[in-house]
Amino acid sequence: MEANLNHVHDPWVRIAKRDELSFLTKLGIRIAILAVGVIVCAVIIYIITGLNPFVVYLTVVKGAFGTVRRVWATVREMMMLACIAIGLAPAFKMKFWNIGAEGQLLIGGIVSAGCMIYLPFLPGPVLLLLMFVLSAAAGALWGLVPAVFKAKWNTNETLFTLMMNYIAIQLTAFFVSKWENPKGSNTVGIINPNTRAGWFPEIAGQQFMLNVIIVLVLALLMNIYLKYTKHGYEIAVVGESWNTARYAGINVGKILVRTMLLSGAVCGIAGFLAVSGASHTISTSTAGGRGFTAIIVAWLAKFDSLTMLFISLMLAFFDSGANEIASKCGLNDYASDMIIGIILFFILAGDFFVNYRLVFRKKASSVIKDGNSGVSGKEAA
Amino acid sequence: MKKKLIGLMLAVTTAVSMTACTGGTDTPATGEENGTEENAGSSEAASDVKIGVILVGDENEGYSYAHIDGVRKAAAAVGIPEENIIWKYSVPEDESCHDAAIDLVDQGCKAVFSNSYGHQSFMQQAASEEPEVQFVAMTGDTAALSGLDNFSNAFTNVYEARYVSGIVAGMKIKELVEGDALSAENFDADGNVKMGYVGAYPYAEVVSGYTAFYLGAKSVYSDVSMEVIYTNSWFDIAAEGEAANSLMSDGCVIIGQHADSTGAPSTIQAALDSGKQVYSVGYNVDMHSVAPTAALTSATNNWAVYYTEAFEDVVNGKDIPTDWSQGYSEGAVAITDLGTSCAEGTQEAVDEAIASIKAGTLHVFDTSTFTVDGKEVTSALIDMNGDFQNDDEEAVFDGYFHESEFRAAPSFYLRIDGITELTAE
Repeated sequence: MEANLNHVHDPWVRIAKRDELSFLTKLGIRIAILAVGVIVCAVIIYIITGLNPFVVYLTVVKGAFGTVRRVWATVREMMMLACIAIGLAPAFKMKFWNIGAEGQLLIGGIVSAGCMIYLPFLPGPVLLLLMFVLSAAAGALWGLVPAVFKAKWNTNETLFTLMMNYIAIQLTAFFVSKWENPKGSNTVGIINPNTRAGWFPEIAGQQFMLNVIIVLVLALLMNIYLKYTKHGYEIAVVGESWNTARYAGINVGKILVRTMLLSGAVCGIAGFLAVSGASHTISTSTAGGRGFTAIIVAWLAKFDSLTMLFISLMLAFFDSGANEIASKCGLNDYASDMIIGIILFFILAGDFFVNYRLVFRKKASSVIKDGNSGVSGKEAA
Repeated sequence: MKKKLIGLMLAVTTAVSMTACTGGTDTPATGEENGTEENAGSSEAASDVKIGVILVGDENEGYSYAHIDGVRKAAAAVGIPEENIIWKYSVPEDESCHDAAIDLVDQGCKAVFSNSYGHQSFMQQAASEEPEVQFVAMTGDTAALSGLDNFSNAFTNVYEARYVSGIVAGMKIKELVEGDALSAENFDADGNVKMGYVGAYPYAEVVSGYTAFYLGAKSVYSDVSMEVIYTNSWFDIAAEGEAANSLMSDGCVIIGQHADSTGAPSTIQAALDSGKQVYSVGYNVDMHSVAPTAALTSATNNWAVYYTEAFEDVVNGKDIPTDWSQGYSEGAVAITDLGTSCAEGTQEAVDEAIASIKAGTLHVFDTSTFTVDGKEVTSALIDMNGDFQNDDEEAVFDGYFHESEFRAAPSFYLRIDGITELTAE
């Protein structure tokens, strides 16, 4: 084996798994690589547009946090993303690829909008509670269908949940044309603009405070659920291996269905937040691709619901900031999408370097050492 | 464990920073408001006035470009420096529009304009929250009903330009018929020459437009009929091309449009090149770049006329009119340069019609020129209270339907004889 290794032409660089690093080292690596990303981005901005990258970055920061109301818009956006990602977390931890958050959110949104349109006479708290429960139930139903099919016939959940999105979008289009205001305009418009029935109430003078509270509570509960409960453990086991789970006496089908009910319900609540807590209307773009962006959030956070808050904040920050670049620097929104793309790429790279390291080819004299590192690499793998 | 701790700390920090924000809310906002209050009602130097503009697209999209162009010209005319115009590009028709409007207020704008119908609701909400700033939802229709002093709608009388572009179409039809250039498929069962129209959505703005276009053509050559296909989108190159194709295969000779892309004209040009007799009348922009011989003209808006008036009001500390709608008399609408395929004498006919419209002797929706279910229209109530029931205000008197006189947005909703909607939903 050893002889064999020495005969193989050693590559200039190879990838080896790292030993577990301390939290601070990991953080250091991530920050360093993010910094490289920011610098690369700055160079690209300069080459393509000729704008001073520092001015552009300052514009991003101002765009996201420049005024109190901008801070709140960014926070609202952050909470939306985080809420969906929290919903995705249990499904993903179970290795059930729920690509259907977009649809689960829309269904929750339709139900919320429906309540606002048909039940505006209910007392505020009752109406909100009803909307909360019903949109969670609707989202749960949307998550239940693919889960039952997976449990019974082992269908492909990625395709199934994706298809459910299109059904949800068509249903939304149907309800938009049913509720459109005025007829033929294809927009529902703000629902109950005067009575504000079914709108999130202001808390401490802040319109989006309830969004924050709901999502923080969900984040905390989900964290506890996944890490400290029997259910959470079962999800982890099913995620590792169905056979192991069966061997341990876990009913895999039951876990699939139960977890997707939960996942769909939280995404449905995200629809409630989007309609009742943000736009106060419904359209086919109410989800606006957030169901997919949240997948990135969930992954980057390794399904840890508290880390998700941080990742969501970062994406919301770049998104709000990017709009300001379009306004102030005369770049259109594609330029800002590009910046977000580059930054995301480097965040993923950061993740890579936390887990792996590059081993460069040593000089011919150090054959023995090289052989050692090869062995340790194999062990780690 | 450490990781968990940090996670919790993050959550806590977020929560704390939230609370911190709550405390600080009033300070800067109040400062701004005080500033505006002092200036309200009094005029100030144009160079100090800031204007916010919310656009559904950017300069790469014809409709928004027309607004950008109008705003720039108006700002130059009134003396507002370029850097005092704050643009918000590609703003979707959702809460981002409200965010953008509020943000423009925070940046010190005295007036905020939005250019898409779907922005209206969010602009109205912003207007109710920021009484010191004027908000205008262009092409909207709820300002008069909103009860807000600082919320307005504006639209051009583009139906006048559509009527005139219909005259251009009529002249062409007359030439084709007299030159015996048409075949049997171009006539319907009653011997009328077939026209076509690619519309966006089946509501008053579009109905008003195609009816005006049809009546313009009919005023030149009375034996015409028209088919309308809706695309259910304001901008869809493929769907508009497809709609034009199906109208052409149905034998339509002239195809008008109320949708924002070049889909129809370019499809029509291809058909003309392959030997079919068919011509295009466009919207917003001159279509000759995509349809050099098929494009006759386009109906278009000159938004600078409105923006100039509105900016002057803002500078002088006056209220922007709740509903503004002007046409040829103010130069707010026009047709683009006539194409090489236009019939002889078209320019004269066009000039004459424009002069009569300006003079008030020609009314586009003259009830003696059309019928509904075979009868002349003597009464048509329109909706003014926002319940979308056409039951409030009598719009037909003095022999014509008074379009855009009670509110800025078009309200002509009658489906007149001779026009068939093929895909009404």
